[in-house]
Amino acid sequence: MIIHGRTLHPGTATGTPIRLTAPLSFWGGTDNEGRIVDAHHPQCGAVLTGRVVLMESGRGSSSASSVLAEQIRARTAPAAIILSRPDPIIPLGALIAAELYDLNLPVVVVPYDAVPADAVLQVSAGPDRATIAW
Amino acid sequence: MQTLHLTAVEEAMLGGQEGDGVALAMRVIVGQARISDAPRLVEITSAHVDSCLYHGQVSLDFAHRLVDLGARVRVPTTLNVGSTDLIHPGLVRDHELAAAGRELMAAYVDLGCTPTFTCAPYQLPNRPAFGEHVAWAESNAIVFANSVLGARTDRYGDFLDVCAAITGRAPYAGLQTPEARRGTVVFDCRALGEFSDLTYSLLGHHIGSVVGAEIPVLLGIPADASEDDLKALGAAAASAGGVALFHAVGVTPEAPMTVEGLPVRVVDLETLHRVRRELSTVASELDAISIGTPHASYAECVRLSELVVGPALKLPFYLSTARATRERLAESGVLQVLEAAGVTVVVDTCTYITAILSPTWKHVMTNSGKWAHYAPGNVNVSAVLGSLAECVASARAGHLVLDA
Repeated sequence: MIIHGRTLHPGTATGTPIRLTAPLSFWGGTDNEGRIVDAHHPQCGAVLTGRVVLMESGRGSSSASSVLAEQIRARTAPAAIILSRPDPIIPLGALIAAELYDLNLPVVVVPYDAVPADAVLQVSAGPDRATIAW
Repeated sequence: MQTLHLTAVEEAMLGGQEGDGVALAMRVIVGQARISDAPRLVEITSAHVDSCLYHGQVSLDFAHRLVDLGARVRVPTTLNVGSTDLIHPGLVRDHELAAAGRELMAAYVDLGCTPTFTCAPYQLPNRPAFGEHVAWAESNAIVFANSVLGARTDRYGDFLDVCAAITGRAPYAGLQTPEARRGTVVFDCRALGEFSDLTYSLLGHHIGSVVGAEIPVLLGIPADASEDDLKALGAAAASAGGVALFHAVGVTPEAPMTVEGLPVRVVDLETLHRVRRELSTVASELDAISIGTPHASYAECVRLSELVVGPALKLPFYLSTARATRERLAESGVLQVLEAAGVTVVVDTCTYITAILSPTWKHVMTNSGKWAHYAPGNVNVSAVLGSLAECVASARAGHLVLDA
């Protein structure tokens, strides 16, 4: 299966999906090891490192892009982030990591309801368009 | 997708004609403009920068890159809290974090930012006027600027804030545009009756939790709601959800005259009681009190000084505020009253974003919905929410006292 989406930050990645059922702020919501620590979040305790994170949008603090960029630098970030509506704060973290470290975490917008929970996803985000295959 | 139109000046910035630092900043602005489907950029009159809070090596790497490339801000730019209190450096228990925080704060001053180090820049002079386009970061400052001042800022993150300050531009998108600022859902709060100071935090948290991407219009907010009340409401709404603008009919400047045709959600007292139970643990033992999130205004500090006169406080009591407010408090003698009563005044930072509280403390009381939301994840304490009067009464008793 292949679905097509819009690229917010280009890159390629492979990983298993984790679907967040509530919006997440990376700042205050995750620690440096990529774990969800927001006690109010339904997936609290889950580790996002290396996973393809599916979530509706970001939320809350404007420090989230720093936390994501630092996780990319420290290699504890998700492999890719798939959003269902565009959010500027998450791709900004990806852009800064690309400028400073030449590391690219793909950020894509696509309705992800069709994505199965147990598949290995291949995310390929070009300059404008992205594909997600499994 | 929209095609982004840049002026000749903006193209020149992007092309490096004003230096590599400006070019880097413009790449960030243009990238964000494309993501937001902006047709063009908009010139801004001021910026508030949150990037000076240390989040790891990337924070320093980015600031140093800009300094090394010779970048300077081109509009008046205030700075958000950092990771240390530069006036009371002994307060921060993690010396490595304090040193990195200090280095980062200095780098942003090197870029030409004003060392305000407060999350409440709307309490400073020269705040933006109605209708001004600005680029503010820090979620509580954003919601205050949009809602209470009627200035226009979208929800900017770290990095983008300083890039807007360096280029003097922001994407013309989101809450910069009039269409995006209209209310879309009504929260009818008229059943709440009289508001206490805690009502605003609880109501804000509730709205943030349920509003999603809608723009809330609040009915029934008291006409005499103070800026401190609206600060508490907005801060809680922005931390519990993505709220960057609310309208309060009869209170805020862009609120609609009529709410006909919009969907209505009713907020009653039971809703707020439930929010309080969710946000707050019930702990008979308390270890400390922390207020001033967002930074306490001068008026709030004066009110605290009136409450703390009397029998000694038995619990450690922290008050976070701006260094500018602290100076005013020192001139008027209020600071001396607070310190004599045992209140620890924290400036330049806040107790839930750096290592100020003792790691052995388990239960900390606050009057802030924002603090109660973030502190458990950030500094590993359970939060107990109460009004300012309840916080002082509890500090005095040495244990939790509600309905003071």
